[in-house]
Amino acid sequence: MTGPWGSATSPAPGARPSPALDIAGAVRDGSMSAAAVVEKYLGAIDEVDGELHAFVTVMHDSARLEAESVDRRVAAGEDPGPLAGVPVALKDNMCTRGVPTTCSSRILEGWRPPYDATVVARLRAAGAVVIGKTNLDEFAMGSSTENSAFGPTHNPHDPGRVPGGSSGGSAAAVAAGLAPLALGSDTGGSIRQPAALCGIVGMKPTYGTVSRYGLVAFASSLDQIGPLTTTVTESAVLFDVIGGQDPLDSTCLERPVPRTVSALADGVEGLRVGLVAELVDGVDAAVGARVHEAAGALAAAGANIDNVSIPEFRHGLPAYYVVAPAEASSNLSRYDGVRYGLRVEADTAEAMNAATRAAGFGPEVKRRIMLGTYALSAGYYDAYYGQAQKVRTLIIDALASAYQRFDVLLGATTPTTAFAIGAKVDDPWAMYLSDVCTVPSNLAGHPAISIPFGTDDGGLPVGVQVLAPALGEPVMFQVAAVLESRAPVLAPPRVHAP
Amino acid sequence: MSADNADTTGTAGTADTGATAGTSGWEPVIGLEVHCELRTETKLFCGCRNAFGDEPNTNICPTCLGLPGSLPVLNVRAVEYAMRIGVALNCEIRPSIFHRKNYFYPDMPKDYQVSQYDAPINVNGSLELPDGTRVRVERAHMEEDTGKTSHIGGGGRIHDADYALVDYNRAGVPLVEIVSAPDIRSSTQARLYASELRSILVATGASDGRMEEGSMRVDANVSVRRAGTFELGTRCEIKNLNSLRSLGRAIEYEIERQIGLLEAGDKVVQQTRHWNEDQGVTVALRSKEEAFDYRYFPEPDLVPVVPDAGWQSDVAASIGPMPAERRAKLAALFGPEPVGHARADQIATVVEHGLDELVTAAAAAGIDGAKALARTSNEASADPDAARRLDVSAFVALLRMEQDGKLNPTQSKAVLADMLENGGDPADIARRRGFEALETGSLHGVVAEVIAANTDAWHRYQAGDDKLVGFFTGEVMKATKGRADGKAVAAELRRLRA
Repeated sequence: MTGPWGSATSPAPGARPSPALDIAGAVRDGSMSAAAVVEKYLGAIDEVDGELHAFVTVMHDSARLEAESVDRRVAAGEDPGPLAGVPVALKDNMCTRGVPTTCSSRILEGWRPPYDATVVARLRAAGAVVIGKTNLDEFAMGSSTENSAFGPTHNPHDPGRVPGGSSGGSAAAVAAGLAPLALGSDTGGSIRQPAALCGIVGMKPTYGTVSRYGLVAFASSLDQIGPLTTTVTESAVLFDVIGGQDPLDSTCLERPVPRTVSALADGVEGLRVGLVAELVDGVDAAVGARVHEAAGALAAAGANIDNVSIPEFRHGLPAYYVVAPAEASSNLSRYDGVRYGLRVEADTAEAMNAATRAAGFGPEVKRRIMLGTYALSAGYYDAYYGQAQKVRTLIIDALASAYQRFDVLLGATTPTTAFAIGAKVDDPWAMYLSDVCTVPSNLAGHPAISIPFGTDDGGLPVGVQVLAPALGEPVMFQVAAVLESRAPVLAPPRVHAP
Repeated sequence: MSADNADTTGTAGTADTGATAGTSGWEPVIGLEVHCELRTETKLFCGCRNAFGDEPNTNICPTCLGLPGSLPVLNVRAVEYAMRIGVALNCEIRPSIFHRKNYFYPDMPKDYQVSQYDAPINVNGSLELPDGTRVRVERAHMEEDTGKTSHIGGGGRIHDADYALVDYNRAGVPLVEIVSAPDIRSSTQARLYASELRSILVATGASDGRMEEGSMRVDANVSVRRAGTFELGTRCEIKNLNSLRSLGRAIEYEIERQIGLLEAGDKVVQQTRHWNEDQGVTVALRSKEEAFDYRYFPEPDLVPVVPDAGWQSDVAASIGPMPAERRAKLAALFGPEPVGHARADQIATVVEHGLDELVTAAAAAGIDGAKALARTSNEASADPDAARRLDVSAFVALLRMEQDGKLNPTQSKAVLADMLENGGDPADIARRRGFEALETGSLHGVVAEVIAANTDAWHRYQAGDDKLVGFFTGEVMKATKGRADGKAVAAELRRLRA
């Protein structure tokens, strides 16, 4: 396979076929039309998504118009960009002008944003075609996509199981071939965990490298948009497209975001990799075994592997479940029935407010609003929110000292493979434990990526996670590319595009 | 309270009292919280126009409407204006952060207000009242304004309205809240403080300080204690003070209400109270127990504001002298002795309207200071906006014409009114209006003619009926179409009688 546009994006040795890059190459050289690409994917969605329910909204008309515009630009001799004609699915918590943006919540049903998120503008500027909005746990709160007001998404590898969450719709869409690329958002693992459960690549960037403007906020200090893709190369390409400073997001880093595609072929010779005990011990046996195999693969490729313990990670989950609900309780206040979305009429503004929120939010969202409201209440702030922020500092400090010894860290992405739909819905704590391996990177604001690496005994995909320090995306992708090239090839999912 | 206790009221810094009836033996303790809108071009966190009186809901965007996915970006000019206020109030300018103040209200788009809490930009300042009292300023912090709700139907009040309309033009307008220490001891001092603060705000250029338009809003914290004691009494916060007059009245009322309660053996309950202007009373809105728990926490969508030393000194250099200094400079035109009350009032008016230069330039050009002050504080201040646009040299030229007798005072005022309305050269205006003063010779001729036509009256005048001076002056004015100088006519009449 040859790289679609020059040596900078040539896949690393042993890299897998990258549908998105193939499409972009073909559209750019005129051998395939963007219109035909879009028809193919729309057809696949129409045929298969009834079984998966990965999409909340399929943007048939606007996708066709965008594809035509890409084709016109190619015909005029222009370069539409590195993602020319590539369909992209967006988690439905990213604003799309004039297109419903629901967060899979009744409270936002029917709301059409008057503006596009910055990432949407950047995708279009790169020639991509937005093909639809994908299902998620309501307001991104959940780890299974079962908390969607519009019904769960099914895992393409086993439709009786969850795809993970909260970006479960985006992960399922990419895994099933209904979109070559997708964006998700990761607050505590919501990109990496579903990527692991669906057997694809999911990456959470350094906090501040991708604009949050137009991402409906869950927990502002943790949220970050990132790519869900079939391959590591596509992940790097997509990250390079969406990353970079945005004057509309004050928390975007002012320094340039490192380009990652060029690092993909650098190999791991001499790199120091720390295998984190807290991200391996206690996970399911099959998952743990795959992580050790991944470490072995990196060692075989020339990396120096050593064990490391970061005990502070044990406090990550409790801290996360204070910080995230606290910020969420404030971020979700605005859904008050006054200006947009659902309104349940009542005699006074206050009663209308309460009735609207009672009817519009699902149980998990209400649980987190109450948790967060409590954590911020007068007299409790120091014990909860204040304490959780101290834990964040401890984790950041612990990681800083680990990164004096290691270039990257390695561990499991999730403690288990995909679980059955309904298995954990009545046990919030069991569900919350799905995030135990992923939350430290969010609390620290560091990048991390999940790469498929084999399966459990039942053939369900396992993800291994590479963690890197802030702005360490290049070295992280470097390691991910080697892991990908040495991973067993996954069998195609049971539910897949024709 | 017996009269012989009265002298004890002077022991705790109550040298200036508001002469509040019935306060003998008690000392009022007052602190003011003043909100002022900054006159920036755009809002605090978005690019929408900051303007008063525009068509409702025309200056709005996703950010100031709090739409899902929108983010704030801090207006640098607002920070600069806040720093100007800090400099003018002798504050320390500190690195600061924003917090979210969470509560539900329909005119607050996000259902939280972005404000500064425990790390405000300006702290530990002071304001010296014209009576010499130094009032400490605890803090002057930045925050965003809310929208504006109009209750329609019924009595136009919340409880009996048919419905409410919300205008979000004001939502996100930058405010600085200036919080005084409880250093104010009377309603008179409270009014002095508010009025002096308004002059300072206007002088910094940061705010227009218009209470009637709501660009400056005052809340008063009032408590009373036994004179000579130092422990603070239970306070009440009074809202809805829309003018200096209501500020004074409301504080008077509240002081007497609290003294009445305490003297009857009751307790003051900590409350927020509403000033009812029509009935002249304060009414309880909510008690301490019903107070909101605002659940403050650091705003995760914004970064800390850390003005460096260079920026601070630029800001300090950009504002001119404050009102107290300017008043002293004008008073010095009249010699080293303190000026009398009437002149002090004229000076205060000139400074409040920012018209100092008219007086100082005239004085420097050799015009009588009293004349320059009178024309500026009386005539020019009637239209302060126009007066600030007035060409200073033209104004000085006008006063010189008056001083040289080329225009009488009546004519001079008419010419000034014309200049304020249309601009222009005073000599041209005087000529156009036919205001060239009569030559002394022709005045004498006219007086002689008038005497000849009114011999009876002349005889009575000669017999000592001085009232007839007015009659003759009126006749001369008629004959000269107002060009004669009244004083010159009277002098001529006296000369002819002698």
